[in-house]
Amino acid sequence: MVALIMGQINRHAEQVTATVLSNKRVGQYHQILLNVGEVVKHCKPGNFVAINVGGPSSAMVLRRAFAISRISDRGEYGGTMELIVAPHGSGSKWLISQPEGAHIDLVAPLGTPFGIPTNPVRALLIGGGYGSAPLFGLAELLKSRGCRVDMILGASAAAKIYAPLEGKRSVSSLKIYTEDGSTGIMGRVTDPLEQLIADGEVDVIYSCGPMGMLAAISTIAKRNEIVHQCAVEESMACGIGICMTCVLPIKGGDGNITMVRSCIDGPVMDGELVLWDQVGQPQ
Amino acid sequence: MSVELDFSTSFGNAWFPLPVFTASGCASSGRELSQFFPLNEIGGVVTKSIMIKPRLGRPTPRMAETPSGMLNSIGLQGPGIDAFLANDIPWLVSTGARVIVSIAGETVEEYAVLARKLRSVTGLSAVEVNISCPNVENRGQVFACHPESARAVIEGVRRTLGGDLPIIAKLSPDVTDIAAIAREVVDAGADGLALINTLLGMVINTSTMRPHLGGKTGGLSGPAIRPVAVRAIYQVHEALPHIPILGMGGVRNGSDAFEMVLAGASGISVGTASFSDPLATVRIQRELAQLLVEKGFTSLRQAIGFAHRDDEVNGE
Repeated sequence: MVALIMGQINRHAEQVTATVLSNKRVGQYHQILLNVGEVVKHCKPGNFVAINVGGPSSAMVLRRAFAISRISDRGEYGGTMELIVAPHGSGSKWLISQPEGAHIDLVAPLGTPFGIPTNPVRALLIGGGYGSAPLFGLAELLKSRGCRVDMILGASAAAKIYAPLEGKRSVSSLKIYTEDGSTGIMGRVTDPLEQLIADGEVDVIYSCGPMGMLAAISTIAKRNEIVHQCAVEESMACGIGICMTCVLPIKGGDGNITMVRSCIDGPVMDGELVLWDQVGQPQ
Repeated sequence: MSVELDFSTSFGNAWFPLPVFTASGCASSGRELSQFFPLNEIGGVVTKSIMIKPRLGRPTPRMAETPSGMLNSIGLQGPGIDAFLANDIPWLVSTGARVIVSIAGETVEEYAVLARKLRSVTGLSAVEVNISCPNVENRGQVFACHPESARAVIEGVRRTLGGDLPIIAKLSPDVTDIAAIAREVVDAGADGLALINTLLGMVINTSTMRPHLGGKTGGLSGPAIRPVAVRAIYQVHEALPHIPILGMGGVRNGSDAFEMVLAGASGISVGTASFSDPLATVRIQRELAQLLVEKGFTSLRQAIGFAHRDDEVNGE
């Protein structure tokens, strides 16, 4: 699943000027709808975008990466793209302050998307916090291919769960876990995982969320020999493969550790190949 | 671009039709940017600094954004010279790009070994000898911080490389007298100078109350360091007016590039700006051409070091 850099990298990526169509608060996040034009035709679940923040004279010199939540190439605006933004830092705070009609400098689509099975399978989608955002577009695609799609979302508290009503329609079942029990079941997304696998409910796991969650799912998936595609999150300076800051250690073909870029070899990676206990460790 | 502008430049015996290049370490090996513009439409591609053996680099986090800049702590991650020459260079050359290979060693001998491997490679325009990477285990190994070690590296490379391929020595601004280091490496056989590498910096995370970067220290780049670069270029051009300088450090637009040309740069490298704008290198090149024409220059060469003209009149 980890793409080898043999062919053209980010073959369909373009730098475009997007227009903000709507920007509304959803729980602790902002749902931003952008008109991006033709480029939407090449965007797949798991791809991400890189956005310039702060305007032309900004002291923030690096692009910010956001997962594409959903896309549409129909409707009165042509190609539109939805992003779910958590206002963590000064860049994302600038983005959520952009009004309708504002222009955004955006590069898309970037990175390796989720792999879609050729045959109908039982897919389990697991999202942590706003990591659920790209899973709803993935669910729609999997469903259209005849897959059965179950979803588990988790967060520390209810306000950090992102589960839009329209997104729920594309899944066969949805379970929510919160650590404080403020909504759904008290616990973690990994709690029911062994049982679901034992019951034969899961052929493939797709996940997106905090690295700790992805690592925990990978351990269970590996033990049960279930394919696990996870979308990783590492801080990036460029998003296009030139800065070498977003690297992750993976097991190479020769058994040695290699450091791959999560922007182009990911963000979607084979969870089994990532050496989770080596992340951030000196090599 | 106006047809009346001679936009060409030279480093030693290497002639380039265009004067704006990628900066080492900011374009990987070229493939990634080729999705956004044809690589032969800029002066050339300066590759990441390549070492003898494959190298995993430093642990993450490797990056911290700072006001108008960033710190990086990559640690020269790369495939090693043999894989690089087998896989990356032939592809780059096939695109019609002019290629400057950047090399980095941990000892004087390693630089010579790298230079020997480059002797038989066809299609290269020049060699950048990076003696100033701040992201090495032992800060004492930053050869460009000491005149003797800087000289020793360049002498070794010149001897092994033979006489044809121009050498561009990349210097650190973290020294007391950069012109003195420049004189040493030119004396030792460098045909040109790359000014400047990143400045050594640190960010401490106030939540964890520990250094933010995995490698603790990192190299500061971006517009924040541009005045330092302009000063270094100005001082070195003043000391060595006939030595071509590849100017870099926070160039974000044509005006920034023009400023460095006025200070004494014969060419410009674009680094951190490519992270926020994949098209930055071609855009800056186009903007620089427009500015030169607007200011009445008919060639890039006329503008190189133009900010020094009053000193010359005064005979200083």
